[in-house]
Amino acid sequence: MTVARFWRKIPQRYNLIGTKCETCKRHFFPPRTFCPDCRREGKIVDHKFAGKGTVVTYTIIQTAPDQFASHGPYVLAIIKLDEGPQMTSQVVCDPSEAKIGMRVRSIFRRIATDGESGIIHYGTKFAPE
Amino acid sequence: MRDVAVIGIGCTRFGEKWSESFRDMFVEAGALALEDAQLSGEKIDAMYVGNMSAGRFIEQEHIGALIADYAGMATRHIPATRVEAACASGGLAFRQAVIAVASGMEDIVVAAGVEKMTDVEPGASTDALTGAADREWEGFVGATFPGLYAMIAQDYMHKYGMTREQLAQVAVKNHYNGARNPIAQFQQEITLNTVLKSTMVAEPLRLFDCSPITDGAAAVIVAPLDRAREFTDTPIKVLATAQASDSIALHDRRDISTLDATVAAGQRAFKMAKLSHKDINMVEVHDCFSIAEICAIEDLGFCKKGTAGKFTADGETALGGKIPVNTSGGLKACGHPVGATGIKQVNEIVQQLRGTAGKRQIDGATIGMTHNVGGTGATVAVHILGRV
Amino acid sequence: MVGIITYGVYIPRYRIKVEEIARVWGANAADITGGLGVFEKSVPDLDEDAATIAVEAARNALLRRHVDPKEIGAVYVGSESHPYAVKPTACTVGEAIGATPNMTAADYEFACKAGTAAIQTCMGLVKSKMIPYGVAIGSDVSQGAPGDALEYTAAAGGAAYVIGNDDPIATIHHTCSFTTDTPDFWRREGQDYPRHGGRFTGDPGYFKHVKGASNLLLEQTKKTPKDFTYAVFHQPNAKFPQKAAKDLGFTAEQIKPGLVVPRLGNTYSGASPVGLAATLDIAKPGDTIFVCSFGSGAGSDAFDIEVTDAIAGDKFRRDAAPGVEQQLKNPIYLDYARYAQHKGKLVMQS
Repeated sequence: MTVARFWRKIPQRYNLIGTKCETCKRHFFPPRTFCPDCRREGKIVDHKFAGKGTVVTYTIIQTAPDQFASHGPYVLAIIKLDEGPQMTSQVVCDPSEAKIGMRVRSIFRRIATDGESGIIHYGTKFAPE
Repeated sequence: MRDVAVIGIGCTRFGEKWSESFRDMFVEAGALALEDAQLSGEKIDAMYVGNMSAGRFIEQEHIGALIADYAGMATRHIPATRVEAACASGGLAFRQAVIAVASGMEDIVVAAGVEKMTDVEPGASTDALTGAADREWEGFVGATFPGLYAMIAQDYMHKYGMTREQLAQVAVKNHYNGARNPIAQFQQEITLNTVLKSTMVAEPLRLFDCSPITDGAAAVIVAPLDRAREFTDTPIKVLATAQASDSIALHDRRDISTLDATVAAGQRAFKMAKLSHKDINMVEVHDCFSIAEICAIEDLGFCKKGTAGKFTADGETALGGKIPVNTSGGLKACGHPVGATGIKQVNEIVQQLRGTAGKRQIDGATIGMTHNVGGTGATVAVHILGRV
Repeated sequence: MVGIITYGVYIPRYRIKVEEIARVWGANAADITGGLGVFEKSVPDLDEDAATIAVEAARNALLRRHVDPKEIGAVYVGSESHPYAVKPTACTVGEAIGATPNMTAADYEFACKAGTAAIQTCMGLVKSKMIPYGVAIGSDVSQGAPGDALEYTAAAGGAAYVIGNDDPIATIHHTCSFTTDTPDFWRREGQDYPRHGGRFTGDPGYFKHVKGASNLLLEQTKKTPKDFTYAVFHQPNAKFPQKAAKDLGFTAEQIKPGLVVPRLGNTYSGASPVGLAATLDIAKPGDTIFVCSFGSGAGSDAFDIEVTDAIAGDKFRRDAAPGVEQQLKNPIYLDYARYAQHKGKLVMQS
């Protein structure tokens, strides 16, 4: 991922900054600048998510992509944040601990690096509460 | 709007084709289709080619022009367009060709699909395929394609209780069919054990639940139905073409283990053709992973949600079953050269309807359906074809 | 009065036992644990580094007490294992706690005392009213060369301190330092692992500077060791702080809560900050804490700290974030091979 593309979404990646539509109270993560329900009637504002949620589904990735190859099997999950939206993230736990319905909270970790000399991509993962 | 028919088909062998380049494969498939339609190249009015990622695989863009050029058409200056929707690129290319003819804009149109995946290392190939998902919010955080479908499988199994063995039967059936398809990448039958003992890729999906990396090309030629018999004794009518989209990321879907775009496209196709499920004799569905076939046959309406596992294990989707699914061997056994799959599916149905499907022929087939998916369900193309 | 507004700690969950490292090198584990007083050390996860540890420590601090991030005027992170040689860890931390953009930041390096140097800097900025709050962090994923003595103790962890004037949970009455140019332990630019002068690191290194700064503080504050409830000394192993305490006139009881190295190892820039945090975790209003860090190169920073009523008040909730003891519990033990993978000692082909 290029420098600019990573940097542009740092508030989302580090701090789960999304948006909320004041008209219908629906929350969006990643942020949307246009409410799909209210459309032009919607009033979008920034919203910092609390980082708490529930695992909706998950898998244990055994064959990792090149940039994650040294990590061994890891848990990838779709997490429903308490405010409503769902997001995809790794869950840091023993793979045998992963369960549909488990409660998780956000943590700050390295996601990947751009090789040995490129930048480090920090971001959010989750851990059991 | 005119009726459209398929007048010619061609397909290369699918597999790891070290000696053949991207251009070689297209030319081969195109030549076979022209031969099949007894058509000379000068009669082609336009081309649509489905290709997901020549840019990442062979550092080549501008595929429409490239294909027309290497098919010998450069000096004829025909419109040549590349169509991309990840793994649904072929299905969409077919739809675009059908629309061009149906609208009266063009007469004889080639719809092709090509993908050359083995010129890069497997890691690069896997990464290129991740572009079919949401790169920013799925790929970047560690999601792989098998990982996303594995999460669909976990959700499905959690809700409906399908067993691991039932899921594995999808691959067993498709290999059985593939062994009877001369162009299939894998020609060997497998057992349930083969699937269940293969390497775990992303829980619960194992190696044999996943379609392979494949090179290949396929082409079909469409024409107005009322001109079809100039070219073929067995024109196959396009009874319906439908396409639907949905959120790119799996986490934004309404229901993780239902592909709403399949439901929408399927319903539109049946409506357009004025047909129902009992009229369909066989269907080519998008089994990029075994779970994808399970969801597809339910989301297209061939059986109730949650029952496809038992439906498959009971043999209802086998060659002799109630609704044969993936007589070609599906993506799993036939192989999945991404952009070519949607066209290969049309190819297979046309062969079935013409009665030329050899050892995998479904007797008395008159109407068939194809279902082609992009990503985890963000694009779906469904077509219904029938004997005239 | 300038002091600690809130504090937080982060210790990774993984550990390796001294006996496992000894097994690999054919050394006698009992001799090593006997000589160093260390039994196991913390190991970072594959996706943790000094920056992620610093962020978690800072976030833990902010969970315990509300501080408006926009009022944080400075972030300083001290480490020997900053992820970048050029590009400050402090910027990442500032972003991750919502303090950017109206703040100053920089990274510090002073071997194991970079964290306390950061505290001193924040004190100056706060005391002079240049900023309302400053965040000082000591965080490390320290490296010890394979087979070297330091491999037994080089650990991972960090602590963050929010320094301010307004109702601190502990007042920092005074700080002073003792610094010389002493090559007891160093790492050249581009080298993977540090080197050290063996026994030279003792008297001319650790003890000279710890005693130098400690005596200077006692002299300047006109206090004696008996005036303090607790004491925290830099802890590269258990023996050095125990000897320093004894030589200066502090008791084993005074240093006990802050002496976490036997179960944690030496978290380098995190060592004294984590030791202080462990002490604050059990401190009561009125307790006084003597702190003296040490960083090779060399120098020591000493602090005279007094816990206030605010630590028991309703603005500060210690239980809102896990303390040192809680994070030392339920470790996940690794064998040497997994440990080497976690510490980047196994180089993968790119």
